[in-house]
Formats: sequence, structure tokens, C-alpha cells
Amino acid sequence: KDYVLLIADRKVAYSVVALKSDHDKIMHLDASKLFAIAGEGGDAVQFSEYVQKNLHLYNLKTGLPLSTKAAAHFTRNELATALRKGPFQVNALLGGVDHSGPSLYHLDYLGTLHKVNFGAQGYGGYFCYSILDRLWKPDMSLDEGVALMNTCIKEINSRFLVGGADFTIKVVTAEGIRVLDPVLASSA
Amino acid sequence: MSSRYDRAITVFSPDGHLFQVEYALEAVRKGTTAVGVRGTDLIVLGVEKKSTAKLQEERTVRKIHVLDDHCCLAFAGLTADARVLINKARIECQSYKLTMEDRVSIEYITRYIAGVQQKYTQSGGVRPFGISTLIVGFDADGTPRLYQTDPAGTYSAWKANATGRNSKTVREFLEKNYTETSGDETVKLAVRALLEVVESGGRNVEIAVLRAGQPLQIYDEKQVEAVVSAIEAEKAATETS
Repeated sequence: KDYVLLIADRKVAYSVVALKSDHDKIMHLDASKLFAIAGEGGDAVQFSEYVQKNLHLYNLKTGLPLSTKAAAHFTRNELATALRKGPFQVNALLGGVDHSGPSLYHLDYLGTLHKVNFGAQGYGGYFCYSILDRLWKPDMSLDEGVALMNTCIKEINSRFLVGGADFTIKVVTAEGIRVLDPVLASSA
Repeated sequence: MSSRYDRAITVFSPDGHLFQVEYALEAVRKGTTAVGVRGTDLIVLGVEKKSTAKLQEERTVRKIHVLDDHCCLAFAGLTADARVLINKARIECQSYKLTMEDRVSIEYITRYIAGVQQKYTQSGGVRPFGISTLIVGFDADGTPRLYQTDPAGTYSAWKANATGRNSKTVREFLEKNYTETSGDETVKLAVRALLEVVESGGRNVEIAVLRAGQPLQIYDEKQVEAVVSAIEAEKAATETS
């Protein structure tokens, strides 16, 4: 209704080895925007930091924060420009709250941009889209949203081959960004 | 064809002067006064507010600009030149943060701005920037800093300085009256210095205060009036005693 909820797993994979199990994949682009990145390690960090600094520059130049829609389109433009030169292997979900309310955008490395009510990147989609299709409804409260996310997490942890993962959970509201207690695989 | 633009405009005179740079300094001397005072826990920037036309939106005529969360800049001279230089500096601040994961030190960004100003005195087809800047901010260790640059591209650190119209008078006042101050005392010192050359009244000065870890605070008319009245009260008290 008035928030955007993003979750991401915390594992960093290096072929068949789990390099790290507590990596935060959701970057704060500014005080009211979250950027959950799935993709190649270096590209993900490089690209998201680049977007973050450009948003900050815009803020300083104009004294105004960029709207979520504008930030998403700027990000998409960067991805599209890089595509035919040296593409960023980055798929992302950008969620933010601005004067027009909450919005969520689904971006991929080809420069695709779609405004969505719910989305997933990576293998999560295979398991969660059907759950989200059935259970998402407009104007859900934060508690209802968290419950829906927990259902998705349970499904991933039971059915996904590389499951049993911890999750980072962050929510953006009009007041800003909050980190919710990470769901640990044992308690989900 | 392009060779027509390769000839430098800033060339040495027979007696070793760079006249274009000196003329740029003249342009600075025509600009409205800007003063900066470094306190122990804050830095104050004060500028003479040029009277705006009746139909002009006052808040769009700014002489104090934010470069990054922790540093700001005031200038005297050609406003358009300042806009270009400030844009370059802002991009450099973010670029530095992207590669170094750290905010710029005030000396670094001053060195960068001075470097740009110098480049334009030694390139073909361009003229020097007609501005002197006062760059203020806090370094990572919390030390307040105040730097000045000029059209030649020289820069130096100051405890307090002024540039623009009547800057000599203001600087002399500061030299006579500067002491290590903090908080409101620093603000009063900056305003007293500015009032030496500007008509008294909140309408003619703009004050901005930068504290460590906080965004730049620009005083509104009421706050400026409060400082001015406090100064006038102090003056009256010392005169009658």
C-alpha cells in the first residue's frame, strides 16, 4: 500500500563453492530507494555504485531527490548504452517511495525495464511467481507483505536445489529504509 | 582551420605579467563580497547579497553552493564561470567517492578547482575563469578547513579571508579582530566583517554555516536579523561604556 519490500539471498557463489553466506545484495541508492542486484560479482557492485553516485550528483546539482521512476529510467539507459559496448551482467529490482507513492521496477542486463507490482530475479522467480500471482493483491499492509514474502522464502528453501539460504529483508517506506530481521534458514 | 583556436589568449607580457589573469582578477574585484571564517567547530560563509530586481526570484540567485555533503563553496566574480567550475567540482567529488570509497579532502577538491583554473590560463582558445573561490568544509578527521583559489590557479589555506568588492577592507578588519572562536561567536565575527563594507541589515547579507556531519545551514532573514541586532547591541554597549 505504502511500501516496497525487497528480499535477497545472502550467498555468493564461485562455481560450486559458496564464497560467502552473509553478503548484502540490496544497495541503498539513496534514502528512499533500494536496488536489489542479481548478477556477476564485480559488475553488480561497480554498476550499482555508479548509479548511486550519479543519483547523489543529481541531488547536489538540483537540490531535489530523483523520483523512483526517473532513477529507474536512468539506470535502464545506462544498461542499454553499455549493452552494445561492454554489457553489465546485472539484473536488478529497483524499489522506492517518492511523492507519487511506492513503485517497483524490474530491470535486466539487456536494458529491459518494467514497472511491476511484484517481481523476482534469478531462480527465485521459478518458485515464487505462482505464489505471488495467487496471493498478491493491491494495497496490502506491511504485515501482509511480510507474510507473503515468508511464504515465498519457505517455498524456495524447501524446493530449490541450492536452498537453505539466509535472506536479507529491507523495506522502503515514506519514512525511509528499514532493515527487517533477516530470515534464517533454520527458522523459516 | 582548427589552428585558429590553438593560439593561446593568455600569453606573457614583456615584463612577465599574464595580463588576461590580471584582468580576470579585476573582474573578481567587481564581484560582490564573499567572506569565510573558520571556527573551531564550524565554518561560516557570508556573502553580500546583490539587490535583486523586483520581479526576480530571490532564491535562484545563489552565491553559496554545496559541492558535496561535507563541503561548500562561495565565490566572487562572474556567476556563469562559477556555475561551470562548480559543476566540474561536483562531478569530481562523486568520481572520487566512486573510485576511492572516501569523500574528498577539502585540500584535494581545492587543488582540483585550482588546477582547472590554471589549465584555462595555459590552453588555446580559452580565457581564464573570472572568479575567486572560498572553499570550506570538514576533512575526514573533523578538522574544519578554509581555502581560497584565484583565476591564476593559486590556492592557499586561511583562517579567515574575503574576496570580491572591498575585500581588502574586510581582510584588514579580520586581521585586526580574528581570534579562535566557535559557534555563534564565529558567525558574529563573519557578519561584523561583512558589515564593514555592506549596508547594515538582514536584507543585504546571506549567511551559511557548515558544521561537521550536518548539511549546510543557510540562515533565513530572521536569523540574519537576529545576528545583526546582537552585533549592533554589542557595539552600542561598548560605545556607551
